Amino acid sequence: MFDWLQNLPLLLPWLVILPLVWALLSLALGTHYRHWLAGLAIAALMLVNLGLVGQWLLEGDLTYALGGWEAPLGIQLRLDGLALALVGVTSLVITACALHASTYLDDYPRAQQYFWPLLAFIWASLNVIWLSADLFNLYVGLELLGLSAVGLVALTGQAEALGAALRYLYAALLGSLAYLLGVALIYSGYGQLDLLALAPLLQSDASTRLALALMTLGLLLKTAIFPLHSWLPPAHGKALPPVSALLSALVVKASFYILARLWLQTGTQVVVPSAAQMLGILGAGAIFWGGWMAWRQNELKMLVAYSTVAQLGYLMLMFPLAIGVSPAAAQLAWEGGWLHLIAHALAKAAMFLAAGNLVLAMRRPDLQGLHGVGRFLPFSLLGFGLAGVSIMGLPPSGGFMAKWLLLQSALLSGQWWWLLVLVAGSALSALYIFKVYQQCYVDDTEVDSFRHPSLWMDVSSILLAILAVGLGILSAWPQALIGSVLDGGAG
Amino acid sequence: MTGWHYWLPLLVLLTSLVASALIFWVDEEHSKLRSSINLGAAVLKISLVVVILVGVAAGQVYETRFALLNNIDFVLRADALGVMFAGLSSVLWLFTTIYAIGYLEDSPNRRRFFGFFGLCVASTLGIAFAGNLFTFLVFYELLTLSTYPLVAHRGTAKALRAGRIYLTYTLGGGIVLLIGVLWLYGLAGDVEFGDQEKLSDLAVTHPTTLKWVFLLLIAGLAVKAAMVPLHGWLPQAMVAPAPVSALLHAVAVVKAGAFGIVRVVYDVYGITLTWELGLLLPLGVAAAVTILYGSVRALMQTDIKRRLAFSTISQVSYIALGISLFGPIGTMGGLVHLLHQGLMKVTLFFCAGNYAETLGIHRICELNGVGRRMPGTSLAFTVGALGMIGLPPVAGFISKWYLGTGAVAAGIYWVLPVLVVSTLLNAAYFLPLLHRIWFRPQTGDWPQERTLGRWDTSLWLLIPTLVTAAFSLLAGLLAASDFSPLAWVELIVSTEYLP
Repeated sequence: MFDWLQNLPLLLPWLVILPLVWALLSLALGTHYRHWLAGLAIAALMLVNLGLVGQWLLEGDLTYALGGWEAPLGIQLRLDGLALALVGVTSLVITACALHASTYLDDYPRAQQYFWPLLAFIWASLNVIWLSADLFNLYVGLELLGLSAVGLVALTGQAEALGAALRYLYAALLGSLAYLLGVALIYSGYGQLDLLALAPLLQSDASTRLALALMTLGLLLKTAIFPLHSWLPPAHGKALPPVSALLSALVVKASFYILARLWLQTGTQVVVPSAAQMLGILGAGAIFWGGWMAWRQNELKMLVAYSTVAQLGYLMLMFPLAIGVSPAAAQLAWEGGWLHLIAHALAKAAMFLAAGNLVLAMRRPDLQGLHGVGRFLPFSLLGFGLAGVSIMGLPPSGGFMAKWLLLQSALLSGQWWWLLVLVAGSALSALYIFKVYQQCYVDDTEVDSFRHPSLWMDVSSILLAILAVGLGILSAWPQALIGSVLDGGAG
Repeated sequence: MTGWHYWLPLLVLLTSLVASALIFWVDEEHSKLRSSINLGAAVLKISLVVVILVGVAAGQVYETRFALLNNIDFVLRADALGVMFAGLSSVLWLFTTIYAIGYLEDSPNRRRFFGFFGLCVASTLGIAFAGNLFTFLVFYELLTLSTYPLVAHRGTAKALRAGRIYLTYTLGGGIVLLIGVLWLYGLAGDVEFGDQEKLSDLAVTHPTTLKWVFLLLIAGLAVKAAMVPLHGWLPQAMVAPAPVSALLHAVAVVKAGAFGIVRVVYDVYGITLTWELGLLLPLGVAAAVTILYGSVRALMQTDIKRRLAFSTISQVSYIALGISLFGPIGTMGGLVHLLHQGLMKVTLFFCAGNYAETLGIHRICELNGVGRRMPGTSLAFTVGALGMIGLPPVAGFISKWYLGTGAVAAGIYWVLPVLVVSTLLNAAYFLPLLHRIWFRPQTGDWPQERTLGRWDTSLWLLIPTLVTAAFSLLAGLLAASDFSPLAWVELIVSTEYLP
């Protein structure tokens, strides 16, 4: 009964074309039609997503050469299970952020003009990254993504935001530059840029190692992995809430995605376990430093931003857990790592949106402003509360399932030190999340002096948070998608 | 597979989940609507549990199962042991809800309170019906999350501190349990309750590892069961409102821990394997130490609720003690105490709440002559206290009788002095209270008297108290009938006990 899906023209390029059309139209038409345009674009992209799920289930991995040029000359898009999962998560998060921004930005008329086109550019570039099959396209996507993201941070034009945007810009440019150097080295060595085609070719020689090291360094900087993270907290903490949500949930993940594909799929012949352990140590540093700094913050949004630094650290544990171990352990680490990425994307977006609503309601950024929130603003708090459950990695959330898989992998490969890092990191995150919860129980005001956020602002955060928690119950599906990639891959 | 037998356990869980979702939705002012949802759900839940109970007695299997992860299932299964705990928690949910409606009348944040209250009961139901260790772990952690808001409910500095201490203990315990479960899954794959063969095979190859895993599991569970030295959170959590204390002590938290210990010993390791690995004796000793320590500390308290809290620490470990007696009679004593202690303790906490709400009495020395002012409550308190001491015909006597005879039958004689000393201590810390209530004249005005209706206190508070007291009495009086907790425990032991 689903045969018609097979007969559809290939939907893949529309994932990139549609957001670009949206971006151009919203630049051309101005802000008057912004909500209509956003609604149309989101609806169209959601349909494409659904169609792609169907096609993928029927036909397996899909490839498409833009303009008919085959690799290595043309631009090739490739959709595997992992890319499909990430395309889906991207749509969900961007939809929620758009929903939130549609009323939040009423206070910022000047920002309207650029927010919508930049949002569309972000979507396009993210999809380019998830789908790109070669290193150079990834670079193009990365560059477009970085510049749009910097633009979004600078949106309000306030001094604090501009300063953060500038730091972000330097980090993004430096990161791309290092990455591009690595790509150039690979191309000069092998004359090939396709991720899968390179895998059997790569030799473990000095220039390949240098190339990989350069790319890794650039990507670590862009992913804000400890100790290269210092640009992230101001950029994410001082931006507008829908922007913060977008950046923390998706944008930083894009560079990690390239890093993980490079290490675990393309470079399996070159990477060595000791290097993977090094990445893991950076991850552990991020978990502890980020968690500790989050605990020390007294501004709600900065706390959430430092929590991102910590949570990104868990992603890095994928490398030591998946490299140089048995295929079974590697599979668990691969699935757990990506599941963590998805759970964190949903939960952190929900948390930033909720934090934005709370700050708006309190008219002050610090935690003490939360007194009485539980009584007068239960719905704004609900999104934060549920998202926190997933961030802490407590059941039944997606964060818990992801940690369970990572823990099992650590146990299976006998790397108990990563097990301890995972467990201690969770305890640390409980510490800073409950620091926030606790303030909400203080009940020292009898009058409701809060500014109540609009319904859509609360709903967008709650929906994402429910997804993050519900992911725990439904994680067998994303696990199947993610797991399908590795069969016979890294390990 | 999708008959109603498949959905029933999930349905029981959903009644309180849906109720709490609705309650979060209902505005603070609509207290009538909120109470109707609450009571309706509680009654519906009891009916469903009764249906399951009848079915299980007839040998029917109720199981909800779907895949959570590759190789890990979410399993809710109603077996005899699970139904027992589910029955206790759904019955006490009804009465505690009635009590809480009266207790919290006109206080702020009732929406939040009842919402999390329902969530907490849903978690205990999940714990009762969990069919494998993973599902158990999920609900065990969910219980921590849903009880924290209840402990911190008042929002005072003291309540927040209690909440922090509570979390530190329970999340810490949760992590230890998680590592234990993880380790066991690494060794044996999905660990279903009642499928002990896997572990028996492992015991041949990895006996030491299994001992370590047992230690981790029990240590994680002992935090909630408040076994010494992991009991520190319980007296602190007393700042919570009285219905919360009642729920925490009688069904939810401490019982979840004790119930988990029962599950690990009987349905994960199997009693025989636990015995062969030599793990029953340490468990019994830990329980005995807790029983004596809790009683001694209870004796030293001057605050009523704190005395009751230390008494809980002591009484809950009777359950673990009963399990550690390798034989069916001791097991019956331990299991039946899970029910009896719940009924008696909930009564005592209701009474303490009534005294505090009506007359402002918090300290033991303020109780003088209260029997004449509040005869109904005082009668209920007397029943509960005598039951805790173990006086016939109240339920507590049945528990202690089976524990004692179980110890003799198993030839574990050192348990007898423990029981005797603990009973003497129980008497020493409860009888003076009864003496003050009934035989001493009132000294001065009550600390903070309020008039709540023409009886002792508001009927919302009085009726649940009297009903649970009556249950404690009936459970003892009718122990030999077919409808008593003891009869059900006999069924569990006869079907599940395989020494």
